[in-house]
Amino acid sequence: MITLDLIRRGTAEACRPWPRFSLTPEAWSAMAAALAQSPEPGLLGLWADTQQVHALLRDGAGALIASVGVEGGRYPALSPARPAASRPERMIRDLWGHAATGGDERAWLDHGRWPMAHPLSPRPGLPGGAVEPPQFPAAEEPGVTQVPLGPVHGLIHEPAHLRLVTLGDTVLRAEARLGYAHRGILALMRGKSPRAAARFIARLAAETTVAHSLAFARAAEAALDAQAPPRAAALRAAMLAQERVAGCLDDLARLADAAGMAPLHAALGEHREMLLRAAERAFGHRLMMDVVVPGGLAADIAPDGAAALCQAGEALASALPSLRRRLDPLLGRLDGLGAIATATWMAGGDAAARCAARVAEIGRSLDRLRAALDSPPDGPVSTALPTASGEGLDGADSQRGTVWHWLRLDHGQIAACFPCDPGWLLWPLAETAMADQSMEEEQMIRLSFGVACAGVDV
Amino acid sequence: MSWGWLRPGAGGAAGPVDAATTASLAARLDAAAQTRLGRSLAIRHVNTGSCNGCELELRALRGVFYDLERYGLRFVESPRHADVLLVTGPLTGNLREALEAAFDAAPEPKWVVAVGDCAVDGGVFKGSYAVLGGTGASLPVDLTISGCPPNPARILAGLRALLEANVVARRRGGRATGG
Repeated sequence: MITLDLIRRGTAEACRPWPRFSLTPEAWSAMAAALAQSPEPGLLGLWADTQQVHALLRDGAGALIASVGVEGGRYPALSPARPAASRPERMIRDLWGHAATGGDERAWLDHGRWPMAHPLSPRPGLPGGAVEPPQFPAAEEPGVTQVPLGPVHGLIHEPAHLRLVTLGDTVLRAEARLGYAHRGILALMRGKSPRAAARFIARLAAETTVAHSLAFARAAEAALDAQAPPRAAALRAAMLAQERVAGCLDDLARLADAAGMAPLHAALGEHREMLLRAAERAFGHRLMMDVVVPGGLAADIAPDGAAALCQAGEALASALPSLRRRLDPLLGRLDGLGAIATATWMAGGDAAARCAARVAEIGRSLDRLRAALDSPPDGPVSTALPTASGEGLDGADSQRGTVWHWLRLDHGQIAACFPCDPGWLLWPLAETAMADQSMEEEQMIRLSFGVACAGVDV
Repeated sequence: MSWGWLRPGAGGAAGPVDAATTASLAARLDAAAQTRLGRSLAIRHVNTGSCNGCELELRALRGVFYDLERYGLRFVESPRHADVLLVTGPLTGNLREALEAAFDAAPEPKWVVAVGDCAVDGGVFKGSYAVLGGTGASLPVDLTISGCPPNPARILAGLRALLEANVVARRRGGRATGG
């Protein structure tokens, strides 16, 4: 692939296990031009530190980072070649103050409510650049109206603002404005040890807390050239599989609820609850927060924990054929809804296809759960991490897609880091899928992608 | 035969209702209704920057294991229908106005319940530039339910305590807390 070759010609940095290359602004622009020519490689994420902007690109089964130095507060935008880069570019401007030349200049996370501007920059500015309420392009055609939804909208809701541009009942385009759940996690993590910072990562996005904690732990271990003990690795795999099953059940239950299928909603919720209770028995926490930490696990599994997890898993596995049958009417209801051309993890096709992908994922992850718990190796569950410097990038597969974490450690403390949530890629897809659909279906389409705010609002 | 027998009043004129009976029935009904039928609270959830952990547990409350509705508790879509604002999250600066607008839209009397460590005092996010540090930074809080996230049984226990307090307060002719 030409683009990846261009990147590999840059200066290789000491990033493990996936590499990072520093490019000159000219080489970065050449990379952007090459990206515009081909849909491959896909952009997985974009973020910055005080000096550079980093683009995470897919490389076969793995990934690599291309970085460009920021000169005079600017860098060349990637969004003309990769529209998914648009939101991250707005985020980078809000947090670090680096502007993307040729990109969308509207604010994203900064709603003008912080005590300073560019909080992650070495010299934060005075507040007051951001405009609220959010700006959207005005609808000018006759009969076209804008419908604002949120940030307080729906029964148990996500704090997102969605602007639907509609003609009659049909949505012409949808645009989301996020950033409401921005908690300043990156600033809180800076200067802390990976172990102390893991607490924030566990609370980045609860439905993928294990995946985020795991990717972060792996990146920290890689940066310090350490490895979690084999027993920890086996138990981590079990926890990740369990979280994926529970997550898919929650996604399906929400869809069933929105479709008014109460018995199906109840049945899916019942299995999810059994899995969460088993997780509490095994690891002391229903969502398994704070269990996966850099270096291994915070504590070993309870003596009867594996049996409880297996029991809940088996109950679901034996109910799966009947659940599949009961899900058929839901698939019918979702048929043809919110179709998109891009085929990515859990997101290709129409809402019914995304729903079916979750059902299939439950079966696969149950197998993984069983295999991981079969006979985990004996031994310790954690290893002490050295107080050293290094850089790491690693991922973990959540039910929403791969979660990537990058961090740079300076004498054991976090100098820079970024959690790359799959939500960055899912939100633009959900917006695209809402176009040309009935306004009534907004909720079903959104739920079919499983988009959440917490992970992308950092 | 004419249809006269079907006309209203043909079975005897409807005279005045006995005032004493009405009064005694009303008194009995009032007492019963306050204790038995008055147990209902409409809850509007407001997310003020939560990680979704509390939301996952709130969704579990609606499932068959906890079955929130059997206690007369239900989630509603509009703050205008709400007796209770159930707030999650550390209250980000970006959501302060939304929370206050929801509070202003809810009719009196109303309760504010802060659910989860974040809503109690900001939790792990305390001290961040983007976080105000819990629901109390903006609204008067009537009840806090701690935990990260609190499990559904704990949330349910808190809400049921509120329900009981509501009944007791109504019997006394007002609510126990101000606001």
